[in-house]
Amino acid sequence: MSSFNVLGKPVVNVQLYGHVTGSTQFIDDISFPGMLWIKAVRSPVPRGIIKKLDTKKAERLPGVVKIVTSKDVPNNMHVNMAVVGIGPPDEPVLPDKEVNYKGEAICLVVARDEETALKAIELIDLEIEELPPVLDMEEALKPSSPKIKPWNSNTFVFGSGMDGATPPGGQGRPYFLIKRGNVDEAFNKARHIVEGSYLISPIEHAPIEPHICVAKPEPDGRLTIYTATQAPYFVRDNVATILNMPPSKIRVVSPSVGGGFGGKVDPEFEMMVAVAAMAVKRPVKWRWTREEEFTVSTTRPAVKIELQDSVSDEGLILGRKARLLHDAGAYSRTSPYGVIKACFNLSGPYNIPNVEYRGYCVFTNRQPSSAMRGYGVFEVSFAIELQMDRIAKTCGIDPLELRFRNAYRNNQISASGKLIDDAYLIETMREAAGLAGINLPEHLLKMSSSG
Amino acid sequence: MVKVKFKLDGVFVEVEAMPYQTLFHLLKDSLGVQSVHFGCGQGACGACTVLLNGKPRYSCLTLAGYVDGKEVVTLAGLAQNGELNPIQRAFIENNAAQCGYCTPGIILTAKALLDKSSRPSDEEIFDALAGNLCRCTGYVSIVRAIKSLVR
Repeated sequence: MSSFNVLGKPVVNVQLYGHVTGSTQFIDDISFPGMLWIKAVRSPVPRGIIKKLDTKKAERLPGVVKIVTSKDVPNNMHVNMAVVGIGPPDEPVLPDKEVNYKGEAICLVVARDEETALKAIELIDLEIEELPPVLDMEEALKPSSPKIKPWNSNTFVFGSGMDGATPPGGQGRPYFLIKRGNVDEAFNKARHIVEGSYLISPIEHAPIEPHICVAKPEPDGRLTIYTATQAPYFVRDNVATILNMPPSKIRVVSPSVGGGFGGKVDPEFEMMVAVAAMAVKRPVKWRWTREEEFTVSTTRPAVKIELQDSVSDEGLILGRKARLLHDAGAYSRTSPYGVIKACFNLSGPYNIPNVEYRGYCVFTNRQPSSAMRGYGVFEVSFAIELQMDRIAKTCGIDPLELRFRNAYRNNQISASGKLIDDAYLIETMREAAGLAGINLPEHLLKMSSSG
Repeated sequence: MVKVKFKLDGVFVEVEAMPYQTLFHLLKDSLGVQSVHFGCGQGACGACTVLLNGKPRYSCLTLAGYVDGKEVVTLAGLAQNGELNPIQRAFIENNAAQCGYCTPGIILTAKALLDKSSRPSDEEIFDALAGNLCRCTGYVSIVRAIKSLVR
């Protein structure tokens, strides 16, 4: 270690001087002469049909420059992760007919300041016919539930080449499937069958800096977008798509971000700011409120994981069946990718030779969910480690011992078909046990990932 | 419009504000003060904290007109002649900031605390910081930085 320059040595955060002197530039410090402000008219209901949107009165309010609606969007439909082959586009920048979650932006007021924009919102005549919403994942999967997707279902279609992971032309399924070995045979050999159902709530990232973005049309026809994002290229590509512009004409600047935690991965409002800026040909800024942050911005998905394990007398997991439901909310965003990632992690760091995993990306009339710290891993790890404890209890084996027995070792094959050649779980657990002051029995101390 | 005259980081300013305008909006949107951050607008997070006559105040809950005749200090007013304040140095030495968005409010709150008592107890440090949220979970290093100044 002593020969390394970085590893094992403390590293100074290069931004610290800026942070402690208040000179770090965040998006809110970026303003331009003639800049206008945005506020949104949002859906008061989780699901409904827009019957009337009359903006005439609001347009006459002094200080209001424009009310931006779906008509101002050159190419309204998009899907955030089109860049990795996920589709079809299922989300409008601004809806023209139906709304699919409470708080969905319907139109934008562009005005000289935030106060004027808020006053104008009061003058907009919006009529929505409320439809029965789908708010629960199990309800959403029932044949009798209302279908909220244009392909007449409440699930994403995996397996047909539109999930970014399978070749085109395959058979479409309402779930992502991982199958290895012979799971039925494994269950025939079971000494114990251990079942568990695990639920994870949606979690708001709640960065101290709410979403904020400035878009500025340049004299040469280009567009510069200053935004607090974790994914500038997602912003660029999606803005290019919805404006029908080549990505080369869009520049995304992302200086310091005041906390993201995955909540600033989705370009969930930059497209609206871009449309507004292009429509009024002036710089515009949108500073989200804390309320918008909680009620509209993405959250970690609600996830339900049902595990069924066939376990031998010695506590070895012979086979696992899993059913995972991932609440995407109203639109795809990054959820299909999240489901695939979660499915690949359903074995955890353990060797399970026979598996059958089904992951459903379920659509409901809730605010869209997306990435958050350890997306697709955290949810699954929570379920798996509780399940390990449940197995240990059922078999009467020490939970630590059980984990050593099932740990991945080199030359085994993972659920995704990958040959394991860098397993260190056993060694890591041994180190951790030492640090925690746990004296491991001799036979566990002798175990190794390569043995 | 109301006329507001006050001292901002040692400099006298005279500006016009709407009667309903908050000190945050006056500082950020009218005067372009960089270190005052918008977090919640409802006195819950502390990112917009300034010192008003030496006491930490949420600028989002303070009306602009209220500061007339008073003294406002933002984080930019802490360094003197390019020399960092000891609290700023302690925050660097203890790596007590991650994204930096809550940092100005936290340093100003710490300054008010240390101005009041040079030997605050742990309890008093926690109490003082109760109104400033950090979401990157840097509290341990923040408290360590403040304690490094307690003699």
